[in-house]
Amino acid sequence: MNPNTTTLFQKDLLHKALKQSFVKLHPRTLFRNPIMFTVEIGTAIMLFVCAWIAWGAKAQGSLSYNCTIFLVLLLTLLFANFAEAIAEARGKAQTDSLRKTREETPARLIRAIGEVYMGEITIVPSSQLKKGDVFLCEAGDIIPTDGEIIEGLATIDESAITGESAPVIRESGGDKSSVTGGTKVLSDKIKVRVSTEAGESFLDKMIALVEGASRQKTPNEIALTILLAGFTLVFIIVTVTLKPLADYSNAPVTIATLIALFVCLIPTTIGGLLSAIGIAGMDRALRANVITKSGKAVETAGDIDVLLLDKTGTITIGNRKATHFYPAAGIEEKHLIKCAVLSSMSDDTPEGKSIIELANIDPLSYTIDNPRFIKFTAETRSSGVDAEGISIRKGAADAIKNIVAQEGNIIPPDIAGRVKTIAGNGGTPLVVSENKAVIGVIELQDIIKPGIKERFERLRKMGIKTVMVTGDNPLTAKFIAEKAGVDDFIAEARPEDKMNYIRREQSEGRLVAMMGDGTNDAPALAQADVGVAMNSGTQAAKEAGNMVDLDNDPTKLIEVVEIGKQLLMTRGTLTTFSIANDVAKYFAIIPALFITAIPSLRALNLMRLHSPGSAILSAVIFNALIIPLLIPLALKGVPYKPIGASALLRRNLFIYGLGGILVPFIGIKAIDLIVSLFI
Amino acid sequence: MNTAILGPVLMFLATIVLALPLGKYMAKVYRNEPTFLNRVFNPIDRFLFKISGVDPGREQSWQQQMLALLTINVVWFLLGMLVLMNQGRLPLNPDHNPGQSAYLAFNTVISFLVNCNLQHYSGESGLSYLGQLYLMFLQFVTAATGMAAAVTVFYALQKDTLSTLGNFYNFFVRSLTRILIPISVIIALIFLARGMPMTFAGKSRMQTLQGDTVQVSTGPVAAFVPIKHLGTNGGGFFGANSAHPFENPDYLSNMVAMVSQMLIPFAMIFALGYFLKNRKLSLMIFGVMTAGFIALLIPTMLQEMKGNPHIAQMGIDNALGAMEGKEVRFGAASSAFWSIATTVISTGSVNAMHDSFMPLSGMNQMLAMMTNCFYGGCGVGILNFFIFMILAVFISGLMVGRTPEFMGKKIEAREMKIAMIIALLHPFLILAGTALSAAFPALTLSTLNNPGAHGLSEILYEYTSAAANNGSGFEGLGDNTPWWNISTGVVLLLARFLPIIGPVAIAGSLAAKKYIPESSGTLKTDTGTFGLMVLAVIALVAALSFFPALTLGPIADYFSF
Repeated sequence: MNPNTTTLFQKDLLHKALKQSFVKLHPRTLFRNPIMFTVEIGTAIMLFVCAWIAWGAKAQGSLSYNCTIFLVLLLTLLFANFAEAIAEARGKAQTDSLRKTREETPARLIRAIGEVYMGEITIVPSSQLKKGDVFLCEAGDIIPTDGEIIEGLATIDESAITGESAPVIRESGGDKSSVTGGTKVLSDKIKVRVSTEAGESFLDKMIALVEGASRQKTPNEIALTILLAGFTLVFIIVTVTLKPLADYSNAPVTIATLIALFVCLIPTTIGGLLSAIGIAGMDRALRANVITKSGKAVETAGDIDVLLLDKTGTITIGNRKATHFYPAAGIEEKHLIKCAVLSSMSDDTPEGKSIIELANIDPLSYTIDNPRFIKFTAETRSSGVDAEGISIRKGAADAIKNIVAQEGNIIPPDIAGRVKTIAGNGGTPLVVSENKAVIGVIELQDIIKPGIKERFERLRKMGIKTVMVTGDNPLTAKFIAEKAGVDDFIAEARPEDKMNYIRREQSEGRLVAMMGDGTNDAPALAQADVGVAMNSGTQAAKEAGNMVDLDNDPTKLIEVVEIGKQLLMTRGTLTTFSIANDVAKYFAIIPALFITAIPSLRALNLMRLHSPGSAILSAVIFNALIIPLLIPLALKGVPYKPIGASALLRRNLFIYGLGGILVPFIGIKAIDLIVSLFI
Repeated sequence: MNTAILGPVLMFLATIVLALPLGKYMAKVYRNEPTFLNRVFNPIDRFLFKISGVDPGREQSWQQQMLALLTINVVWFLLGMLVLMNQGRLPLNPDHNPGQSAYLAFNTVISFLVNCNLQHYSGESGLSYLGQLYLMFLQFVTAATGMAAAVTVFYALQKDTLSTLGNFYNFFVRSLTRILIPISVIIALIFLARGMPMTFAGKSRMQTLQGDTVQVSTGPVAAFVPIKHLGTNGGGFFGANSAHPFENPDYLSNMVAMVSQMLIPFAMIFALGYFLKNRKLSLMIFGVMTAGFIALLIPTMLQEMKGNPHIAQMGIDNALGAMEGKEVRFGAASSAFWSIATTVISTGSVNAMHDSFMPLSGMNQMLAMMTNCFYGGCGVGILNFFIFMILAVFISGLMVGRTPEFMGKKIEAREMKIAMIIALLHPFLILAGTALSAAFPALTLSTLNNPGAHGLSEILYEYTSAAANNGSGFEGLGDNTPWWNISTGVVLLLARFLPIIGPVAIAGSLAAKKYIPESSGTLKTDTGTFGLMVLAVIALVAALSFFPALTLGPIADYFSF
C-alpha cells in the first residue's frame, strides 16, 4: 500500500460520496448533527412556502425566488453530507486496500481433541477460523488471519501491510510472536493460534469506526457541538424575535429572508465539516500505517505532554557497535584483537558481529582446536570460548571481575580507568579476559540516529517532554540522553519503572504516550494515555494499547502526536472562520431585509450589493459554496507549526479570523455581481 | 487639553490609581490574611457571626455556597415586600407617602435585590424614609453578594484540586465590613461637605424668587448615595437620580460619584491578579475591558460634544454640545462619560437623560449593557467576563492544537454547556422581552414617549437594562404598569441569579479537576493575543446577536435623523 496513491478526489470515491450525500438527508441521520438538522428544518419550511405560493399566497415574494432559496439550502445540506461522505469514502478506500490482504485464503487447521493438538490437518477457508484455533503455515503460505505463534520461527514478508520489503523474523515465546493475516511466510514452519474472532480484528474495528457504524463523537467533538448548537440557538432567538420587531417597525419580512438570515448566521461551515474532520484524522493516522482503536485516541495524542521512547531503535540505530580495542598494559593490541575475534566467532549478537567487523580479520584464518563456545546468559553476563589450554571471556566489567577473581587477579587500574571513561562517554565497555586474566577492553558505542535531535527539538517546541527508556546504566544513559537531546531518561529500566514513571507524570496532570511491543509493556501501554503497540508485538501488548503501528516504527509516536494536533487545530480554525463569516453576512442581509421599508438603511449596504433579493441570495449561495471549498482543508488538516502556542494562535487568528471576516465580503460581492445578471 | 475632556480622563486615571492598592487589600481580605484594619474589624465580624450562628471557617462546596446565597436573597425579598407595601403605616414617613402596590413593590424589591435598581417610581413620592433605608440596606448586601460569588470563583481558579471553596458567609460579611461600609463612610463625608442633605425631617418648605412656596423633598441622601455608586447599584434617592442637585451637587461630587462607581469593578480585577499571584492575567482582563469601554466611550463623547445638527440648523449655538437632557454643571463630555461608565458597569445611575442622547450614543449605551462584561457590576462583571473567557479559551485552545484548558484545568462538555446557556440567556431575555412588547402593542404603545424607531429603542433599552441588571432607563417610558413591572421583574430575577450560579458552577467543576502543568504548547491566557480573542468573542457573541434589533432601533433612528 502506497500512502500517496489516493489523491484527494478520486473518481469512484466521488461517485460513492455523491450517492451518500442524498442518503444522508434522512432526518434520523442528520439529527446527529444539530446544526445541519436545523438547516434541514429550514429547507423543509421553504418547501412548504414554495407550495404555499404556488397555491396562491401573495405576501411571500415570487415563486422562482423562493424556489431558488429552497434549492440553495438543499445544496447546503448536500454539500455538508458530501463532506462527511467523501471523508468516509476515502477512509474506506484506505481500509479496503488493507482488507484486500484478508481475502479468503485456505488455512491448514490443526484439529484439537480436548487440549491436545493432533497431527491431523484439515484445509478450511480463513473465514471459518475461530479464536483459539491453531493453524499451520509453511514457506510460501499466506497467513490466513491474525494470530500468535505458539511454535516455531519463520521469516515473514510483511510488505503487504507495511510496504517494507525486507523480511522480518517472528518466533514463538518472545515479544515478536504476532503475525498478521495477509502476510507471507518465506521460510520455515510455524504453528499459530488465532487471536481474534473473524470480523473483530483491529482492522475490522477501524473500518467500522471510519464507516460510521460504530463512530462515536469524541469528548472534544461533543463539547464543540455544544458550542455550535449554542450559537445555533442564539440565532434562532435572533431570527424568531426579529419578526415582531420588524412588524412593529412596519418593515415586514418574508419567511424566505428570515430563514436565509438564520442559515447564514448559524455556523454551517464548521457544522457541515465537523465529522469529516474527525474521520480525516483517523484516516491520516491510517495513512501513516497506524490503526487507531477510537477517534478519541487521535484527539488525545494532540494533548500529549510526555513521550516515553525506547532508546534502541528510536533514538539509536539498532544496536551498539564496537569502535575501539584498548589492550591492557603489556599486552599487544594484535593479541587482544585475536582473542576478541575468537570469542566472537560464534557470537550472533549484533555486538559480536560488530567486533569482527571492527577487527577486519576473517575469523577462519585463526585455527583453534575443539572450540567450545559459551553463550551469553543473563546470569553470567559474559560469553566466550574454551579450547585446549585457552579460555577467553568477554563481558560486563563486574562479570569479568568475578571471573578473574577466581585466580586472585584484579582488573588492572589502567583498564578500570578506561572502563569508566567509556561508560562516561555513553559507550559500553566489554572487558576481555584470557585464562582469567584481563587483557583489555572493547568499546561499544551507540550510534544516534541522524536527524533525531532535530525531531526532539521540534517536540520540545510543541511543549512535549521526551523521555528515553533504556536498560543501560545511568552514566551511559545520561550521555546518550544529552547527545540525542532528550529531556529525561529512565536508566536500567525494568517494565515496572516505565509504569511508575507514567503514573507519576499522570498524577501531576500530564498526559503520557508510549510505544511498546512486549507482554511486559502491556500494563504500561494500558496505563499510558496513548499507547502505541507495534504490530509485531505480542497480542497482550496490542490489546493493551489504543493504537497499533503496522510499520513497527518507534518514531511513529511523533507523527501520531502531530496528527492529533492537526485534528484539533482544524476544528478550531474552521470554527473561527465560520463564526467570523457572520460579520459580512450580517452586512449583506440586514440592509436587504429593511431597505424597502427604511430606505435610509441603505448606508449599511457596505458591499453595494445589487438589490435586496440578490444580496440575500448571494449570502446564501456563499454560505453553501464555502463548504465544498473547505473540504480539502478539512481532509488534509491545518498544518501544525511548532512555534509556540501564542505565536500559533496569532497566526491562526490572522489567517482564519481576519480571513474569515474579509473572505465573505469579497465572495458575496463577487457572487452578487453574477446573480444580478439574472435578477 | 480641552477641559471638557480633562475631567473624564482624570476620573478614569484616579479610579485606576485608587483601585490598585484597593485590589491588593481586597485580595488580602479574601485570603483571610492579616491587614492593618484587622484590629477594628475582627471584633465586628466575630459579633456578626456570633449572633447569626454562622461558622465562617466551615468549608463549603460551590453548591452549598449558592444555596446560602439564594436563601438569604429570599429572606431579603420577603422582608422588602413587607416594608414597601406597608411603609405608609410604618415609622419614618414624615412626608406621608403611601405603601406601594403589590406590582410596584414586586418590581422595586426585585430590582434592588438583583443590584439593578430599575426604578418604576420616584423616590420623592414613592418611598418613606424607612423604605429608602431598607433599599439602602439592599444596596449594600447585593453588592456584597456579587463580590462573594466572584471570590468563590477566585478560590476555584487556584491550582489545587478543590472540592470546597471557602465559606460564602465569610466572603459576604468581609465584603461588607471591610470594603463596602468603610469606603462608603469616606465618600459620604465628602458628599456631606459638598452640601448633600442628611436629615430625617421630611420635606422642607422653600420660597422661590417669584414668592411661591414649594415643598422640597430631602432625606438621608448623603448616607444613601455613596453605596448607590460604590455598590454599582444606581438606584436614585430622587426620581431624577444623579441629575438631581441634592443627589449630585457639583462637578466635584460628580467626579467622586464617578470614581466610586468604577472603583470596586476595577479593584476586583486587580484583586484577582493579586489573589492568584498572576498579575498578567489581571492586566489582560483589564486591557480587554478597557478596550471595549473606550471603543464605546470615544464615539459617544464625540457625538455629544459635536452637538445636535438639527439644533444647529435652527441657528442656535451648539458649541457646548448636545445639551438636551443634560445638566449645565456637568457638561456634554462628562455626561457622555458618565452614561457609558454607568452602562458598562451595571450601576445605571444617570446624571443626564439617556433618552435625549444622540441615536448612536444611545446605541453605545445599549451595547455597553448588551456585552455587560466591560468592567461590569460589583463582582458580577468579572463573572460575566469569565464566561466569555471560557468560550474564547475553547476556540483558541483548539487553534493551538490541544483540547482546551483554562488555568491548567480542562474545559469539557459540562463547562461548555453551562457557558453556552449563560451566554444565550442574555440575548434571549432582551430579545424575547422586546419582541413580546413589540408583538402586543396594546400593552406598551401608550407608555412610549416616542413613535417609530426611537420608541423601539425605548423598549429595547428597558429590557437590556433589566437583563444587564443595570437599572438605567431610556426615560420617557411610562414603565409603572403591570406589564412592565412583571415582565422586567422576571427578566431581572433570571438575569441576576443564573449568571451568578453559572460561572460559579463552571469554576466549581474546574476546581475539582486535576491541574495540568503549563508547557510551551499550552495556550497562555494572560497574553495580548488571547485578550484579542476574548474581545472578538465578546464582539461576535454579545454584540452581533443584537445587530438586527439595533438596526431597527438606534441605527434606523440615526440614518433617518
